[in-house]
Amino acid sequence: MTKHFFGDTGVLLGRSLRHITRSVDTIITTTIMPIAFMLLFVYVLGGAIDSGTDSYVSYLLPGILLITVASGIAYTAFRLFLDMRSGIFERFQSMPIARSSVLWAHVLTSLVANLISLAVVVLVALLMGFRSSAGPLAWLAVIGILILFTLALTWLAVIPGLTAKSADGAGAFSYPLILLPFISSAFVPTDSMPGPVRAFAEHQPVTSIVNAIRDLFAQQTVGADIWIALAWCLGLLVLAYAFAMVTYRRRIS
Amino acid sequence: MTLYQVQAPAIHVQGLEKSYKELRVLRGVDFDVARGSIFALLGSNGAGKTTVVKILSTLLKADAGTASVNGFDVATQAADVRESFSLTGQFAAVDEILSGRENLVLVARLRHLKAPGNIADDLLDRFSLTDAGARKVSTYSGGMRRRLDIAMSLIGNPPVIFLDEPTSGLDPQGRIEVWQAVKELAGQGTTVLLTTQYLDEAEQLADRIAILHEGRIIVNGTLTELKQLLPPAKVEYVEKQPTLEDVFLALVGADGKDATPATTRKESR
Repeated sequence: MTKHFFGDTGVLLGRSLRHITRSVDTIITTTIMPIAFMLLFVYVLGGAIDSGTDSYVSYLLPGILLITVASGIAYTAFRLFLDMRSGIFERFQSMPIARSSVLWAHVLTSLVANLISLAVVVLVALLMGFRSSAGPLAWLAVIGILILFTLALTWLAVIPGLTAKSADGAGAFSYPLILLPFISSAFVPTDSMPGPVRAFAEHQPVTSIVNAIRDLFAQQTVGADIWIALAWCLGLLVLAYAFAMVTYRRRIS
Repeated sequence: MTLYQVQAPAIHVQGLEKSYKELRVLRGVDFDVARGSIFALLGSNGAGKTTVVKILSTLLKADAGTASVNGFDVATQAADVRESFSLTGQFAAVDEILSGRENLVLVARLRHLKAPGNIADDLLDRFSLTDAGARKVSTYSGGMRRRLDIAMSLIGNPPVIFLDEPTSGLDPQGRIEVWQAVKELAGQGTTVLLTTQYLDEAEQLADRIAILHEGRIIVNGTLTELKQLLPPAKVEYVEKQPTLEDVFLALVGADGKDATPATTRKESR
């Protein structure tokens, strides 16, 4: 890390944020799928689902937010892939700058873009009747968990971004991540699932994260879920960061 | 140290070797480039020209041998090396979504220079891109992109510039524009290492030419020296026909503007 790390990261962050503001369609496409799921589940399937709550949209929102992040990071991988292919990544690496700032700029851009998408989805949910009595502290906790989750998935997205051979390949890894919430407590309570599926659903990261956010929104006492959720997010973050750095070192040596 | 750097060649390469798995791309490459000169590395596709440039620009590590740029070793003093050169790679590495001016400002900021806006405006002017400066680069022609690419490399006045196949994929006008830019650079004392597969390009630009073949430099000399490798010239009388390039440039105008001389056009019927 050199003395210019923060300055260089700032300059490069400004560059990729401009990419976002000049292609607002990426934010829109990111939010279309989660919003479509939300409409489908609330107005079509929701009537037949017994979630045990009065407001299904409030029950559903935490899972939808995770889907939003999972579909948003596909663009992180895509933008990084484009930089690799166009040669501008090599141009930056050959300049007298803090080399790691190139990656950090992409990661921070991903965080900003995803937070915008999340805000859009929450607004749509409010229109659809989502209400929360959560106070500022609970909201901060929700935002904190979502930031951690986004960072973990973003560093995961860096790996295909650096190694993909095609633009489709760069984004494809996000599909299983988008499907993961379906086998969790995000849409239906896990009690209704058969044994092995229920066992998987209850022990994968999405369920604990969804339960923690749901309890925070509902102002219920958050149990062990929030600690399990935090452990999952931090564990994923550390692991994804380590693998991303190994991949990065291999690419630049 | 300073004295050594002034006297030493700008680029020094000795015994450079590099393999990609079993493929031995470089098998002991040696050459020196004198300060302020244009050195052309000539070779067919896959000869290893780009590999040499990547090693010199600290993007790739050599398996064996040493290389230095501006007196700094590429393996042990990579940060100093990166302060000393600029790279213009094989594909114009410009940001498509930003405007031409924003691309220049970006590089000036990354080089920690003062008044990046003024630097950008000067370069836009020098490379006749002022009118296009505010436009997105994705609307630029191939020649304009290349010019912008080279302009980005000049920011901060690095003493050494690597140009990896700077005219591949360009039309004749674009090639001439790039050649002029390279000549201007060398005129100001910048050392230029140029790789190319076009023989006329090396002939036009280079003070010295080296041919890279099967992983080694097989000849290295001035154009005159290389010509002396073949039997002395015979005098033959050949009717001088205009080349297709002459015709093309006469018809469309060498500066790329419409300058169709009506007199050279004859009605075929």
